[in-house]
Amino acid sequence: MLDISSVRKGKTVVVCMAGELDHHTSESARESLDNLIEDNSIKNMVVDLSELKFMDSSGIGVFIGRYKILSERAGKMVVFGLNNHISKIWEISGLYKIIAIYESLDASLHGVQEVE
Amino acid sequence: MKIKNEMRLEIVSKSQNEAFARVVVAAFAAQLDPTLEEIADIKTAVSEAVTNAIIHAYDQSIGIVEIVGKLFDGGIIVEIMDRGKGIENIEEAMQPLYTSKPELERSGMGFTVMETFMDEVEVTSSLGKGTRVRMVKYIKHGNEMGKT
Repeated sequence: MLDISSVRKGKTVVVCMAGELDHHTSESARESLDNLIEDNSIKNMVVDLSELKFMDSSGIGVFIGRYKILSERAGKMVVFGLNNHISKIWEISGLYKIIAIYESLDASLHGVQEVE
Repeated sequence: MKIKNEMRLEIVSKSQNEAFARVVVAAFAAQLDPTLEEIADIKTAVSEAVTNAIIHAYDQSIGIVEIVGKLFDGGIIVEIMDRGKGIENIEEAMQPLYTSKPELERSGMGFTVMETFMDEVEVTSSLGKGTRVRMVKYIKHGNEMGKT
């Protein structure tokens, strides 16, 4: 099971992913995230992973795919709230080189320069 | 290594069963009193191997994925077997970032994750007959059965 909720803050969409991100849930995750950034005025995505309990390598493609879309708009994707297990996936896959990890929502928003 | 307990599970190759398979193996491994990190490692490796069987071995068709768990003093052996199409070049398939399905946004990191999270990973495959992934995880500070 995977639940995705979101709130828009200016040109940034803040997404909360709760549950498990694997091959089975990755398809709906991809669709939900693509719908959120369908609006071209959205430049950045901040993903709250504090309620994501499990992720395997199927999740890597989901993040890289959305990162590419936002990069083409000169936007950014950042994450926060990773548990130890998901941090390990981030590390071994090299995701941390393209999708920065922040400590909190505030720090993430600073990271994408959305704080007024 | 003397096997102290064993489980066997067969699932059809539907993605809905990925979570079920990893939770079953994790629950079985819990007899060794592993840490939460060790349990997460096992769950992730099982998820990768079962996903490979569903996506690559059986592709669009439905087949059986067999999962065997064996507990020994100090760890667990997990075997994931399918009777799907087999892997033509195992060395290539195990390379980080290699994927035969980039169109599905597959990262090609499945075997790398298995090798990182488990202590041993061995892959045997026969074209047209299937693939077997055998993984071993040593449980470092478990109970009597788990102690090394």
